[in-house]
Amino acid sequence: MPQSLRLGAAVMLYALALVARAGDVAPDPLNSSRWHDVRRALFPGQPVRFDSRVEVTAPATAEDSLNVPVSVRVTGGLEARRILVFAEMNPIVPVLEFEPLRVSPYLSFRMKLQQASPIRAAVLDAGGAWHVGSAWVDAAGGGCTAPGSGRAAPDWQEHLNEVQSRFWSHPQGEDRLRLRISHPMDTGLAASIPAFFLQELVLTDETGAPYLRLKVHEPVSQNPVFSFDIPAEMRAGHRLRLTGVDNGGNRLDRVLE
Amino acid sequence: MDEARLECGLILLALVFAIGLLFPWRAEAGEPDYRLAPRQVAPDTWVFVGATEDFSPRNGGNIVNTGFIVTPAGVLVIDTGPSLLYGRQMRQAIARVTDRPVVQVINTHHHPDHFFGNQAFPGLPILALPETVRGETAEGGAFADNMYRMNGDWMKDTEPLAAGPAPVPDRLELGGHRLEFLRLAGHTDGDLALFDRTTGVLFAGDLVFHDRAPTTAHAHIRRWLDSLAYLAGLPFRVLVPGHGMPSQDALPIAQTRDYLTWLDASLRQSVEEGRDMADMLRDPIPARFDGLALVRKEYPRSVSHLAPRFERAVLEGVRP
Ligand SMILES: [Zn+2]
Repeated sequence: MPQSLRLGAAVMLYALALVARAGDVAPDPLNSSRWHDVRRALFPGQPVRFDSRVEVTAPATAEDSLNVPVSVRVTGGLEARRILVFAEMNPIVPVLEFEPLRVSPYLSFRMKLQQASPIRAAVLDAGGAWHVGSAWVDAAGGGCTAPGSGRAAPDWQEHLNEVQSRFWSHPQGEDRLRLRISHPMDTGLAASIPAFFLQELVLTDETGAPYLRLKVHEPVSQNPVFSFDIPAEMRAGHRLRLTGVDNGGNRLDRVLE
Repeated sequence: MDEARLECGLILLALVFAIGLLFPWRAEAGEPDYRLAPRQVAPDTWVFVGATEDFSPRNGGNIVNTGFIVTPAGVLVIDTGPSLLYGRQMRQAIARVTDRPVVQVINTHHHPDHFFGNQAFPGLPILALPETVRGETAEGGAFADNMYRMNGDWMKDTEPLAAGPAPVPDRLELGGHRLEFLRLAGHTDGDLALFDRTTGVLFAGDLVFHDRAPTTAHAHIRRWLDSLAYLAGLPFRVLVPGHGMPSQDALPIAQTRDYLTWLDASLRQSVEEGRDMADMLRDPIPARFDGLALVRKEYPRSVSHLAPRFERAVLEGVRP
């Protein structure tokens, strides 16, 4: 065997060995230094793979780091029992947990980002495996740019847990629901402001049967805005109701018109 | 032996010369050089044209247009650039054009690339609208964090210095130049434009961008469009935009208006249809805006700035 060919074969073998090892521990397409630690912490002993059917959309740069728009869509027939969203470079890693019981596996919201980080959505399928999609968001930058500043309205207490909502009917057979909830969503990381944030939201019909459950964590933006897509036939003939509670025990309860 | 020593010396000299060519700023005590070269756009009137780029360690924040008017009563400076160093080098460049002293400075608005050179003009009155002084004071610190992070060494010793306290007059006669101060808004809450009736030069500040996508971090688009309509009605001969090349026609105004009108209508319509910001981020930008530098970076930024406001209005059932 000529020298160069032997060398080529050795390189090939080495590459194959690398691929084989990567089979055990999924290689992070974003190559983040914290991925393996976070994976071990969030999904101990559970199968995790990166999957292009989990689409995470976010801007390449966080123009307003207190309001980074994120949307997650699960496509390609992947069944989504639970969707976990997290940002591993944030001081508080988990962002939210979404159970799309009778709604489409889609949601959008805005979140706070402390520094450049991957934003991940992990989808739990029916067989107990996690499918992960990611988007990398850089810290604020650019020209003529203002960093976000917390501008809490002075009258926020009067409006705590108020809900504004609207439905849009789409010919494709899904109704979009958009919600805005008045809440300061304090992380507890700023000096002398204790953590104060929404913890749980449930969307039900008039009998109390749930459409979706949402567990919310501190990194969700102030005055959260959420979008969900509900198959029209699931909504037809029902009155939808949103209930929820924050970590101070304040409840919200609102019939959505 | 002597020959060898001479050769050594020559090689050393050549090396020093080569290093000098490679790192020209090393000559001046380690300071980087913006290489500011004023362009004359009208009699007595000069502009420093910045790059149509984002802030970077390569351009040191020189992405902005500043200018000056030379009169027998002294020099008027319009905007002071992104850093103390820029302000100083601007003064040196002005001194190469005229030996008259700078007597007056204005800040067109509160964005850091337009006022972070204020420190280089100590003891001089710096005119700005009250909204601008408020913005410079309130946001200067946060701007500085960003500017140091993005531009690096060029920012050395720069501290945001707010304008004021002198009130902005409507008119000023300075060494035979009849100057009008136009109190406008829309790019920010306070945008000061300067129209020199004597030469016909209009310094529009960031109300006008030329072949460069407008930035909207503090924008109110409808007020901005009103301001553009006002500027378009002025009998100017030379138009100096805040970013991009000066021009002798109103094309930059039309360009800025076209882009802002499209941006506003497109985002409002999306929000009214219940679409998310993520949907808007993926929307195509019409091909006619391909010639605007940085449009692919500014558009997503504008989605972040504007869509939440429109969204709130739609959810609350009121028009913004
Ligand atoms: Zn500006």
